[in-house]
Amino acid sequence: MNYDSLLNRTALRIPPSGIRRFFDIAAEMEDVISLSVGEPDFPTPWHVRDVAIDSLQKGRTGYSPNRGFTALCREICGYYSRRFGLDYDFRSEIVVTVGGSEAIDLAIRTLVNPGDEVLVPQPSFVCYDPIARLAGARTVPLVTRREDEFRLTAQALRERITDRTRLLILPFPNNPTGAVMRREHLEEIAAVLRGTDIFVLADEIYSELTYNGQPHVSIASLDGMKERTVVVNGFSKSYAMTGWRLGYALGPAPIIAVMTKVHQYAIMCAPTTSQHAAIEALRNGDEDILKMRDEYDMRRRLIVRGFRELGLDCFEPEGAFYVFPSIAATGLTSEEFCERLLREKHVAVVPGNAFGACGEGFIRVSYAYSTAHINEALRRIGQFLKENNLL
Amino acid sequence: MDAILTILNDNPRLSNAEIAAMTGMTADEVGERIAAYERSGVLCGYKTIINWEKLERTDKVTAIIELKVTPRKDTGFEAIAEEVMGFDEVESVSLMSGGYDFSVCVTGRTFQEIALFVAKRLAPLDSVTSTTTTFVLKKYKEDGVILSSQSDERGADVIE
Repeated sequence: MNYDSLLNRTALRIPPSGIRRFFDIAAEMEDVISLSVGEPDFPTPWHVRDVAIDSLQKGRTGYSPNRGFTALCREICGYYSRRFGLDYDFRSEIVVTVGGSEAIDLAIRTLVNPGDEVLVPQPSFVCYDPIARLAGARTVPLVTRREDEFRLTAQALRERITDRTRLLILPFPNNPTGAVMRREHLEEIAAVLRGTDIFVLADEIYSELTYNGQPHVSIASLDGMKERTVVVNGFSKSYAMTGWRLGYALGPAPIIAVMTKVHQYAIMCAPTTSQHAAIEALRNGDEDILKMRDEYDMRRRLIVRGFRELGLDCFEPEGAFYVFPSIAATGLTSEEFCERLLREKHVAVVPGNAFGACGEGFIRVSYAYSTAHINEALRRIGQFLKENNLL
Repeated sequence: MDAILTILNDNPRLSNAEIAAMTGMTADEVGERIAAYERSGVLCGYKTIINWEKLERTDKVTAIIELKVTPRKDTGFEAIAEEVMGFDEVESVSLMSGGYDFSVCVTGRTFQEIALFVAKRLAPLDSVTSTTTTFVLKKYKEDGVILSSQSDERGADVIE
């Protein structure tokens, strides 16, 4: 069969991830030291796992309501209220999803029509563009720059708004740059959006991982923004629960109702063992978050210092668990740098252009690893730069 | 607890400058604090964890010896502990609650050597009333470090 002529054309046209190649190379090497994985290196806190085990032992293995267990919806709304000062109705303004990823998928499919334009600040997480394309929309990249500390500026936003603009993705704290939008920066964005028909998808999955004493601010908490914003969050990063696949979306009831309808047909409900665990995480997990954040913060400072000592320009990230140093001074492209580093020194990092064309000249390095692991990787990167006279 | 101690406990090979960056202090301050901890005996040493099995060495054997003793009238358990920890073969000595008094970790080149050490040196000590020797067959975790390598398919191809 000629699959290329038969399969869905939009799905076929989505480019394969450029990083696949690196994983294939790395898979064949021994002693690869990787700083490429974007997930916590902590296991899920024990008390959370324990509650999940208990729910299994008691045979609580059926479906939940489509939108999630009521107890969980209440806990999530309570959490957003106490942490970010945002009040949502647990009966109508929340849907629990399979990871933040499903919430992003539902939100985009619900908020855009074919031909609409979706504004995506870049560099950013890789899923927005493919999902927007599958919904028949077109992605318009908004370049964020090192000199703006990788924040989205009102000017960059204003320049790209057209009659067809329907949705702005706001992925902060940002993967891969670690950039954070503080209240004053969000105010500037909100000022552009108020009075328009543009929605915001605030991907706040890293909201608990901010440093320098700057707690996360949700754009939905700004005047006039809640009515046009869908907030996406989840348990993966804050509670080290990546494999549990549990997230949620919060937003105006009419939007959530449609998202829940799509969710109902595509997914039915999020995994219920994970939902039981998440209730425990929200009730008794505040200390776990703080402990992990303090640990990431120390590693963040260590790795920023490390890259600067090596002579690479490294923006100090204020959120998430990535650094995004510039490798432009080496004269190599991001992909050349990463491939040679992997082949010559067996260190795996991710080329910046995987997160949008404007990520060229940078690499994404995760510091969700032990200090010994980080220092060994830095030592090998130092050797790589020196032996090849790259600086 | 002081972050310096937590950091060193996890990775004693970090330099003062690195610890300074991690904690927001200066390298000199870190150096002074570490020196103070060393002087006061809070920091007693820096240990290497070697997985001897990886080297396929057959000349290192470890045993845990349960020691029952009669405490002495004036010095209680202290003097006995001092005697036991004086032997080079002894890696660690702890006073225990429960069915016996001291747990003594001993290393030697062969089972025979350890058996002889127990018979000729430990058992004959005044106050020692009985010994039970248990040999270590395989170490899985030491000082919080997992020695046996585990492999799982941890999101190897996930871009998150």
